[in-house]
Amino acid sequence: MRMQRVWAWVALAFGLVYFFLPLIGTVEFSLRMRRGEYSLDAYRVVLSDPRFQQTFSYSVVMALCTIVVGVLIVVPTAYWVRLRLPRLRPIVEFVTLLPLVIPPIVIVFGYIRMYNTSSFLPLTGSATGTNFLLMMGYTTLALPYMYRAVDTGLRAIDIRTLTEAAQSLGAGWFTIMARVIMPNVLVAILSGAFLTFAIVIGEFVLAALLNRPAFGPYLQLVGANRAYEPAALAVIAFSITWICMGLIQLVTRFSRHTQARR
Amino acid sequence: MGYLHISNLQKSFGPTQVVKDFNLSVEKGEFISFLGPSGCGKTTTLRMVAGFETPSAGTIQIEGRDIVRLRPNQRNIGMVFQSYALFPNLTVADNVGFGLRVAGVSRAERAERVAEMLGIVGLGEYGARYPFQLSGGQQQRVALARALAVRPQVLLLDEPLSALDAKIRVSLREEIRAIQRKLGITTIYVTHDQEEALSMSDRIVVMNNGVAEQVAAPYEIYNRPTTRFVANFVGTLNLIEAQVADGPAGVVEIGGTPLPLGRPVQGATVALALRPESVSLVPASGRDVPLPAEISEVHFLGSVIRIRARVGTASLSLDTFNTPDAPPPPVGEQARIWLNPRDLMVLEE
Amino acid sequence: MDIPDARPRRQLPLHWLGILPFTAFAVLFLIWPTMHIVAGAFRTPQGDFTLQNIANLWTPSIIASYWISIRISFASALLGCVIGFAIAAAVTLGGLPRGIRGPLLTFSGVASNFAGVPLAFAFLATLGRLGLVTVLLREWFGVNIYAMGFNLLSFFGLTLTYLFFQIPLMILIITPALDGLKKDWREAASILGATGAQYWRIVAFPILWPALLGTFALLFANAFGAVATAYALTGSSLSIVPILLFAQIRGDVLQDPHLGYALAFGMILVTGIANLIYVILRARSERWMQ
Repeated sequence: MRMQRVWAWVALAFGLVYFFLPLIGTVEFSLRMRRGEYSLDAYRVVLSDPRFQQTFSYSVVMALCTIVVGVLIVVPTAYWVRLRLPRLRPIVEFVTLLPLVIPPIVIVFGYIRMYNTSSFLPLTGSATGTNFLLMMGYTTLALPYMYRAVDTGLRAIDIRTLTEAAQSLGAGWFTIMARVIMPNVLVAILSGAFLTFAIVIGEFVLAALLNRPAFGPYLQLVGANRAYEPAALAVIAFSITWICMGLIQLVTRFSRHTQARR
Repeated sequence: MGYLHISNLQKSFGPTQVVKDFNLSVEKGEFISFLGPSGCGKTTTLRMVAGFETPSAGTIQIEGRDIVRLRPNQRNIGMVFQSYALFPNLTVADNVGFGLRVAGVSRAERAERVAEMLGIVGLGEYGARYPFQLSGGQQQRVALARALAVRPQVLLLDEPLSALDAKIRVSLREEIRAIQRKLGITTIYVTHDQEEALSMSDRIVVMNNGVAEQVAAPYEIYNRPTTRFVANFVGTLNLIEAQVADGPAGVVEIGGTPLPLGRPVQGATVALALRPESVSLVPASGRDVPLPAEISEVHFLGSVIRIRARVGTASLSLDTFNTPDAPPPPVGEQARIWLNPRDLMVLEE
Repeated sequence: MDIPDARPRRQLPLHWLGILPFTAFAVLFLIWPTMHIVAGAFRTPQGDFTLQNIANLWTPSIIASYWISIRISFASALLGCVIGFAIAAAVTLGGLPRGIRGPLLTFSGVASNFAGVPLAFAFLATLGRLGLVTVLLREWFGVNIYAMGFNLLSFFGLTLTYLFFQIPLMILIITPALDGLKKDWREAASILGATGAQYWRIVAFPILWPALLGTFALLFANAFGAVATAYALTGSSLSIVPILLFAQIRGDVLQDPHLGYALAFGMILVTGIANLIYVILRARSERWMQ
């Protein structure tokens, strides 16, 4: 028992060193821009760069759109499959897991070849079309996480009874979806949404290959040409991910609170 | 000194003392039940015998050897868990043979012993199945076979039947008792179900708040509980505050009727306890005394009819057997109920 | 279609219409594009069937790319599984304070999503030539890791970097599985005379095996498809398959568009095989489950 605890501490300590050294290293490096002393110069340079502001806001908008589209596709599907088509569940689940198996670069390669200017649906021909394609690509990448979060949320509530109760009170499908199901899985949706946000905000491959001015390619560009700014950007990106995860924790805890009161 | 001897056993988790000064001596081959409400320390005591918890103080001896310092896997004790705890990845036969396998018993010898054990619990045909393919009752029988396969010195059962249906509970408890008798294995059985404890045990340890309140045979526990807790916990009980009419002579009054207890009592009132089956609507013997009463509730339970009757300020439950030609009295009827004053138990605080 | 009796027709479509949006989305943006690539790998520019594209993959440089990709993915998945398992086991079963668990899982959630370009920056800032650890090792202990042959832009360096998201992913997935190990099993094993090692060998590992395998396959695919980290870290100096494909898509460096399809098909094949092996092994090890 005692020996076991020693090993447990060793494993944990190893993990702590491995995970915190790069973080400390990055923070330290990002402060080194001014010779001989620590300063926030790298952050100042980065934050005042107009391209930072442009690409960052582009990616934020992209992430928000992805979340909306993702929710609109995933929630009704997960609900419907649980309610009416339980036999399709293995297939739908398999499809939602495919983006974890097929490398994203292959998927975007397919987009570029399928939706080029000479195809039946020339999405890459215009900026709007390409933006749309990128958004759908992000929705695909986020699909496994979003679907799992929502499906777990649906499992926790008795959707059949809720649906029948709403129907007996005269609610239509839209009302059931918007007023009954969505609010009940809101926490699950939010978890999925924050995760999606974290994924989209720093995504590189899709944006680079579709040639859109997103935050990921900007990061790469800065990384290739500057010394200290990349570290500052990494710190910023990491903070954003942290905030997203923190928010997931927060909404989950909040939901436990409301459940306890029920 | 008994075969299994527990003395001055204590266990504290932080500031809360879960087991306080527990003493027990068990004879070889005896079947002992620990009976009590949840949180009374019965499971903790059992887990200390098994070695999963370390006592804060005290000794546990088997055949005179102190085992407190031994790890569970060195104690040669068998245990059956409430959740069965069968290894889901092993077949029934491999589960039963697990203890022999880790002890390095040869494959052939193992197979023989496994077949023998499965035969004893009546699952000879099920060796190749996996636990999930068995019913709860079958799983628990496999768990019993697994615990017994290593020929332990002591068998511990931790609420083994509480996850099962009522019917299987009854049949399995008879089976467990029969197997225990046949193998003559010293057994401790933890339960919160008094019927189980009463029907299976040689002796019962009634526990409350980490203390053994009474250790006695089932008949004694039921008929002569020594504490208010035991009287209350085991069986259903009428609790009556009776007026003392004549303390030295031991005469009390219930609803105005004087009743001789046959022993002196003190104070103005006394707490009495009475089993529902000791009260009846017709006299059972010449010594029964009638009390005027009003029938306030009638519950038809099938073979038994449970009636509540008001006697003065007291409310008494009484059980009568159902007979087709004597329908239960209607609610509100004025009746007489009969009891033998000797059945009244005087409870000490 | 003019079927006079409309009633039986109405029953079915209403039922299935519910997943039409999802199906359309999945087909248009996931399945069809992938199939397009797969089909392209077996076609000549004129559209005829051919195996030539696949055969063209058998050039030393492309084979070498696949080989190093597979090695990095395998190594980072294996190490990620082992280390992640050790940490998860330490926290769930090792008797560490309960308070560690929540923060560890939250951190794992963050770190497992911290792939991509910023991760490369973090490791450059730490283990690059001017990174914190490199400098401190040199100044405090006189150890120059770069003189000793260490290079962040190498097989070893990339594996080390990938572990930063592989280990947390393992922790996230395996912790619930470890929680699924009932305390009773361990106690039952020990009262039956088993040592801790025997319990792990005969009971716990076989039960965890499917989860371990599944996570390994997932980690492998995860590393195999990762482009951003490697690209930001090494530019195109380390020729792993996804980087080669990236360059091919951008500028047709192989000077053969259909070789690009074949390259992508190869990637699907590798991750597909990894997952197929997982599915088969899992089915085999789960005989004892419902």
